[in-house]
Amino acid sequence: MVSRLDELVGFEPLSPGHSACAGCGAMIAVRQVLLAVPQPYIVVNATGCVEVVTTQYPNTAWRVPYVHVAFENAAAVASGIEAALRVLKEKGLARDHRVVVIAGDGGTADIGLQALSGALERRHSFLYVCYDNEAYMNTGIQRSSLTPHGAWTSTTPFGKAGPKKDLIAFAVSHGVPYAATASPYFWKDLANKVRKALTFDGPTFLHVLAPCNRGWRFDPSLTMRIAKLAVETRYFPLYEVEEGKYRINYFVSRPRPLEEFLRLQERFSYLLRPENAHLLEELKREVEARWEGLVRLAGS
Amino acid sequence: MLLNSLLMTGNEAAAYAVKQSDVDLITAYPITPQTTIVEKLAEYVGRGDVKAAMVLIESEHSALSACIGASAAGARVFTATSSQGLAYMHEVMYVASGLRLPIVMAVANRALSAPINIHCDHSDIMGSRDSGWVQVFCEDPQDVYDNVVKAFRLAEDPRVLLPVAVNFNGFTTSHSCEPVAVLPDEEVRRFLPRRERHRLSYDEPMTIGGFALPDAYFESKVEQEKALRAAGRVFTEVEELYPNSESKRGAIHAEWTGGRVKLICMGDVAGSLRHFVKTQRLQDIFDVLSVRLFRPFPRRRLIELLNDAELVVVMDRSLSPGAVSPPLVSEVKSALYDAGFRVPVWSVVYGLGGKPVTLRKIGRLLGEAERGVREREARSRRILLR
Repeated sequence: MVSRLDELVGFEPLSPGHSACAGCGAMIAVRQVLLAVPQPYIVVNATGCVEVVTTQYPNTAWRVPYVHVAFENAAAVASGIEAALRVLKEKGLARDHRVVVIAGDGGTADIGLQALSGALERRHSFLYVCYDNEAYMNTGIQRSSLTPHGAWTSTTPFGKAGPKKDLIAFAVSHGVPYAATASPYFWKDLANKVRKALTFDGPTFLHVLAPCNRGWRFDPSLTMRIAKLAVETRYFPLYEVEEGKYRINYFVSRPRPLEEFLRLQERFSYLLRPENAHLLEELKREVEARWEGLVRLAGS
Repeated sequence: MLLNSLLMTGNEAAAYAVKQSDVDLITAYPITPQTTIVEKLAEYVGRGDVKAAMVLIESEHSALSACIGASAAGARVFTATSSQGLAYMHEVMYVASGLRLPIVMAVANRALSAPINIHCDHSDIMGSRDSGWVQVFCEDPQDVYDNVVKAFRLAEDPRVLLPVAVNFNGFTTSHSCEPVAVLPDEEVRRFLPRRERHRLSYDEPMTIGGFALPDAYFESKVEQEKALRAAGRVFTEVEELYPNSESKRGAIHAEWTGGRVKLICMGDVAGSLRHFVKTQRLQDIFDVLSVRLFRPFPRRRLIELLNDAELVVVMDRSLSPGAVSPPLVSEVKSALYDAGFRVPVWSVVYGLGGKPVTLRKIGRLLGEAERGVREREARSRRILLR
């Protein structure tokens, strides 16, 4: 268990000087995840913000082996690496590496879903991390299937209609040994989940909420506050599913009003207009239903 | 060297070559007419004849993506596909070559939808002809076997480091049995030594697949093309080094030269053309030039062979809708123009969607060509050999 910062691995996988926006939740999440992964490991990255801000030729921010191939196939690329390394190791042609996949919500829940499903079903051993900033931020804030109900994006000017996909349920339906959500504000929880995930042989899945000040329209200084409020309002519950058993890691018995999370973000201004009170109600009902469903699954 | 001769289909020959090539990862998705390659390989891996990971994957896009990942990790990898599967891979084919990764892929050529059709033509690979891959065409199962073995050596050559597509006709080659002279296992091993190359490793962390702004992008594409051009020279070297000297056929296979009419084609139709010309004893009129290396295109060799041409007849097994000419004719005409040759070129499109090329059709075509050259008909023509 990690309980102090100095218990994290001392090796910084990312060098400073990359071109992510100030206050980028995705880069904070990625750094936290990788600090918790014991070396040696290989990073497989889907096309997206993290790839673009870290790999501009001739520079790279990566101090660990890193590969980016395309948008929709990170899980397939990781499958190839993992399967190949097993054989190369047997033949004495390579050493063992863990494989960590980093992909955004679009690269995971939309265009990358087929490759992910295949890789999970084939039981390749890797940790798949989805950094969820709830829209296609790299291309200019278009809606994804993980954009929340009522949120503005550049392709949903009057709010997205319908709830976000349940990624953990998707992973669990493939029988993965371990799947969990995490928030960069709760870094110990996040780091321990990474450590735990890597103890399993087979695919494990981490869904990390990654506030994006550009897309969610908030001041860069508020990233952590928003990451915290997402959990405390029950908007993004912290839980894990270990061998099919659900456990809520941060039980929110007295949630803060959802509006505290929403009001800090310009993307919800349409939703928060008095004439759109029904949208707000729908989102609240969805958040509550998600929590109640989770409580039932966790039997707590 | 005494070689063992085995009766094999083109697909079995491909699988046998892979079995002997010490591959580390095989991955593919079922598609007719490629499927029996992977079925055979699954049997070899299952029996322990091949020490490779067999990744039975959920799509062709993922198959090639897994090859890219595995090759980037330093593995020797193989996949196979056809038609729609190749089209589905199209996006990542450019990534495989752009990242300079050796990958060998067998392509049992098949027509593209719509209408859906499982039989042979070359529209699948022609859709990806500018993807930066080395592209080899085979005439028969023997050629398939030899080319798959050679492809690993070619792909892994430090001057090349590019993926190689080994093309052969769906069904007429992939499913036709012929005797194939195979090398002993240890000869193949010796022919395919492991070579150090860039790869993902903790010991030397490397970023593979970063993004490039216009200046760097342009330069990287120029360098990539140099490597593909170098593959032409390396192809010849690899043929020289290949232990079975009888299988040396060259980038353009010409069994004989000296005819006034040059028939240029790719794939197993070369066999039918040769058979017709030989049985009719027309060698002093017709040369059969089978293009075995399509990318990089062996233009110098072609010009040498066309030096004494009075008429060039180019057989394409795909269309390039709306273009000046179908793919192979375009290559030939460009090469001729650059060399300053003015010779009539007939463009023949044949065999789309598996339409059989009978000896009667060949006879009719050659008859017209013979008349054309006799009457010194100087114009170019377009013929649909239906």
